[in-house]
Amino acid sequence: MNLAAEAHQASGVAGAAWLLLVLPAVGAAVLLLGGRRTDKWGHLLGSGTVIAAFVYGVILFFDTKSLPAEGRVANLHVFDWISVNSLDVEFGLRIDPLSLTFVLLITGVGSLIHIYSIGYMSDDRDRRRFFAYLNLFVSAMLLLVLGNSFVTLYFGWEGVGLASYLLIGWYQGKNFAATAAKKAFLMNRVGDVGLALAIFLMFKNIGSTQYDVVFAEIGKQSTGVVVAIGILLLLGACGKSGQFPLQAWLPDAMAGPTPVSALIHAATMVTAGVYLIARSSPLYSLPQAEDARFVVMIIGAVTLVIGCIIGCAYDDFKKVLAYSTVSQIGYMILAVGLGPAGYALGILHLLTHGFFKAGLFLGAGSVMHGMNDEGDIRRLGGLARKMPITFVTWTLGYLALIGFPFLSGYFSKDAIIAAAFGAHGTRGWVFGGIALLGAGLTAFYMTRLLILVFLGKPRWENLKSEDGRAYHPHESGPTMTIPMIILAVGSVAGGAILSGLLPAWLEPSVGELVETHGPLNHTVVSILTVGISLIGAAIAFAIFGRREQPVTRPQRVSFPVRAARADLYGNHLNEALFSRPGVWLTRFLVFVDNRGVDGLVNGIAAGLGGSSGRLRRLQTGFVRSYALSMLGGSILVIAALLMVRFA
Amino acid sequence: MSVISSVLLLAQEQAPLPVPSDTKVQAPSLGAVWPVLIVLGAACLGVLLEALLPRHLRWSTQVVLSLLAVVGAGIALVAYVSDAPAAGELAMKGTLAIDRPGLFLWGTLLALALGAVLLIADRSVEPGGAFVASAAIRPGTLQDRAQVTSTGMQTEVFPLTLFALGGMMTFCVANDLLTMFVALEVLSLPLYLMCGLARRRRLLSQESAVKYFLLGAFASAFFLYGVALLYGYAGSVRLSDISSAAAGTDRSDTLLFAGMGLLVIGLLFKASVGPFHTWTPDVYQGAPTPVTAFMAACTKVAAFGGILRVLQVAFESTQWEWRGVLWGVAIVSMVIGAVLGLTQTDVKRMIAYSSVAHAGFLLIGSIALTEKGLSGTLFYLLTYGFTTLAAFGVISLVRDSSGEATHLSQWAGLAKRSPLLAGVFTFLLLALAGIPLTSGFVGKFVVFEAAIADGMAPLVVVALIASAVAAFFYLRVIVLMYFSEPAADGPTVTVPGAFTTAAITLGVLVTLLLGLAPAFALDWAGSGAFAIH
Repeated sequence: MNLAAEAHQASGVAGAAWLLLVLPAVGAAVLLLGGRRTDKWGHLLGSGTVIAAFVYGVILFFDTKSLPAEGRVANLHVFDWISVNSLDVEFGLRIDPLSLTFVLLITGVGSLIHIYSIGYMSDDRDRRRFFAYLNLFVSAMLLLVLGNSFVTLYFGWEGVGLASYLLIGWYQGKNFAATAAKKAFLMNRVGDVGLALAIFLMFKNIGSTQYDVVFAEIGKQSTGVVVAIGILLLLGACGKSGQFPLQAWLPDAMAGPTPVSALIHAATMVTAGVYLIARSSPLYSLPQAEDARFVVMIIGAVTLVIGCIIGCAYDDFKKVLAYSTVSQIGYMILAVGLGPAGYALGILHLLTHGFFKAGLFLGAGSVMHGMNDEGDIRRLGGLARKMPITFVTWTLGYLALIGFPFLSGYFSKDAIIAAAFGAHGTRGWVFGGIALLGAGLTAFYMTRLLILVFLGKPRWENLKSEDGRAYHPHESGPTMTIPMIILAVGSVAGGAILSGLLPAWLEPSVGELVETHGPLNHTVVSILTVGISLIGAAIAFAIFGRREQPVTRPQRVSFPVRAARADLYGNHLNEALFSRPGVWLTRFLVFVDNRGVDGLVNGIAAGLGGSSGRLRRLQTGFVRSYALSMLGGSILVIAALLMVRFA
Repeated sequence: MSVISSVLLLAQEQAPLPVPSDTKVQAPSLGAVWPVLIVLGAACLGVLLEALLPRHLRWSTQVVLSLLAVVGAGIALVAYVSDAPAAGELAMKGTLAIDRPGLFLWGTLLALALGAVLLIADRSVEPGGAFVASAAIRPGTLQDRAQVTSTGMQTEVFPLTLFALGGMMTFCVANDLLTMFVALEVLSLPLYLMCGLARRRRLLSQESAVKYFLLGAFASAFFLYGVALLYGYAGSVRLSDISSAAAGTDRSDTLLFAGMGLLVIGLLFKASVGPFHTWTPDVYQGAPTPVTAFMAACTKVAAFGGILRVLQVAFESTQWEWRGVLWGVAIVSMVIGAVLGLTQTDVKRMIAYSSVAHAGFLLIGSIALTEKGLSGTLFYLLTYGFTTLAAFGVISLVRDSSGEATHLSQWAGLAKRSPLLAGVFTFLLLALAGIPLTSGFVGKFVVFEAAIADGMAPLVVVALIASAVAAFFYLRVIVLMYFSEPAADGPTVTVPGAFTTAAITLGVLVTLLLGLAPAFALDWAGSGAFAIH
């Protein structure tokens, strides 16, 4: 195992790493407890704490970078959280290249989005509370990535879930926002159960959840245990990262304000699943975990295709971007599923994606801000002239996403596709082919967006928004455009810079990046990807760019489009499998609760012998029913006890 | 006092057992039982004062007396704990086993009772207190209306609370089944009465008292029958004798298992474990809210204290025979509590079903007969008690013209009217749901961890699913409070007086503290095992 850089005790600059958590948390506490008094300066405090955390993060980064590679993993003990007998949960932070990378992403993008939100939320009278929730999110997310045990991670995991829930339901007056928030919460709980079970399995078999101990001991466990933990962790990742089959909540989560979509549901929180798997790389790298890794790859591949296909059919600006996020996270999951050949690539794509997708979302927010919150792309069009800065920054993000040569996506996505081709045997062809196909689809739906929103005829000219106002598109103010510009610069240059440095920097955390040599070499894959992307973009241009588009979506469409519009029936699947039986069960139990108790009791009584007839004719009083149900229970318990003994 | 001691003596005569020679027999050690003596003594004194004092002095005197008794008992407990033998000791001729878990339960009970007494004593939320002047007045009559408007408060409830508390404390440390039965009745009878004392919604309250009494009597009969069968089997009612009889004889096991089943059913009833929970929703709903708070918190602690002791001391050697059955009971309880809770429309009934689900979780910890199982369950009881106590305290504050507004639709949009109250209640609901940063999370964590370590992983899976389902109905209330428009003629939130504020603050602080830094309480809970003599 080449990745076990020993952790040493944090000292010096790293000794104050708890500041990272405390700064935004204090901001959130002051804003929430201070109430309306803090309205005037609340947004400044909120942004200030996150920027301060970012500055500290940068200092910490350079401090760590100055150390030799094997000394870059530090452990900061904060306090003993639970310590009884053999159960010992330490609350501590782990400062290593992987967590530092995330710290910089979270606080960096977080700072930009805080600044952007000052302008975006300026009309909202609860702007202060919004910043409090954002701060809460940043603090929880930092805890998630900095914690030094799976329990601490779980702590942050639940915290970001709470913040996400609160922010999705921000427009609480609207019904769909409340429903979306609930849906996100519930689907996340499904994943959380998986993560919790994985943690319990670690406790049972290893007796600890500290990363150091778990990763040192996991190799001694049986294949069954390792695979079970691997798959349960993956279930947790699926819930948080919107992976198949738990992807349906993420597009609905776009009901929240756009900065939230950019920060939480594109750049940071939804990538927590990728972090979890990369952090558990010593587990997934084990030979016993081969099967678990294969499942990870399948989930990633399935999700990336599903996300692309559905993204082609939606007419809602933010929902297309959301499905694009789903599919790009699919790429990252596929990458980390490849094992040592892919951990660093997954993280690389995560970072570049964090930049360009946040930029794309902020661009979408800027468009909607100037267009009376109109999100239906069929009612937009020709906005390039009205919003030049938004158009240029958005287009740069777009080019980065589809992998235009030498922009960010080119370095990160192509590397993943090449690594997928490098997988063993037929797997390489299958996963590489799927990833390649995804690149073409991505180019198709993103080009469609670009054409329908920014190019073509201004279809909004003769329309009015839902509240009866005419559209007067205008460019947004500097607090919104400056973050967009910074992110656009990141989208252009990030890939080139990071792809050279990141693998070596991450080595102490996720191990050395293993070069794979598949049937196609890297150059061939690059050319293929660019070619397929060009074809996708050309097809989109042929369909959407040359003809006038209707303002309402056509209803008479072929089956594939219908299926894609219906989320490939993901919601139907969930409904048929979980929700409808749940509803039936509840109805049935209501029936039992209201009327059936007596019937049930009488039924048991009938089984007891001839007395049932008489009992039924007796007046039904509740106490009697209760007593009979107790009697029934007692008879069952005693009969069972005696049967166990004498059977 | 005299009742107790004479019954205890009787128990001795009925079970004339030579004390095993290897046990150190001590002279009746009063130091160990001072806390119980103080509580029961104060209860008797309270009855006397009730008869002798003029009406206008009674409330203040009784409140001071009750608080002094609880605090005094707490001080006596602390003083004893500092030099108590680590392995525990016997008191009252071996009928009481004062050991570490017993002392932890005593501490929990006294702290919870302090909160409950404060809630009961409050006269600011409902002018004149939550209790009827005279239970004999029929609802709707002239006298009834007169006493609704009167401001005096009837004070029988204080001695009744102390008697119940004394019974609970004895119950947790009872070393033989007959003492346990007597303690069970001492704790139950006052509770039956207290349930029927509500000033508002008299019929509902009295109905709940009758139901609780009838079903309680039914359960007591089960318990007593179980004791009889076990005596037939072991020739003794002492827990340790039953244990040694079960370990080393070739007597027919039918008596043992039938007796154990009946006995445990009696205990499960008190702990409102499904399917023996049927009384819980009706009684929680009907009883005056401060009494519900007392019952929900303290009775649960006492009942599980008894269950833990019986299972660990008397039936440990036969655990492989009965364990599967209690698995089933735990599953039924969790499922009933979580699923039926979904359809409740009354806040108090909802908390009642939640308590059934929690009883299932607690039962999981109780059947893990390990050190961790014991300490985890004890800790869980501590956390659950305080959270529930505070939750009922909050419920008592939301009122409309006809008393408490417990229908869920009336809670819609409450956050707009009273953000602080909604925030506190949200925190408590999150604690009940077991979200991190609250004591509920740590409690569930330690109990499930103990269960998995003892090979009950499938049960923990069911428990996790049940708690996920249950989280939904807690969440529903939060959504209702924050995201719904308030009803036009909705309830108002009463500004609580000092007593209720103190009780709620106590509950919330403990919930928060045990969520952030549970280590010290876990240490106490794990400081020793049951004494087996």
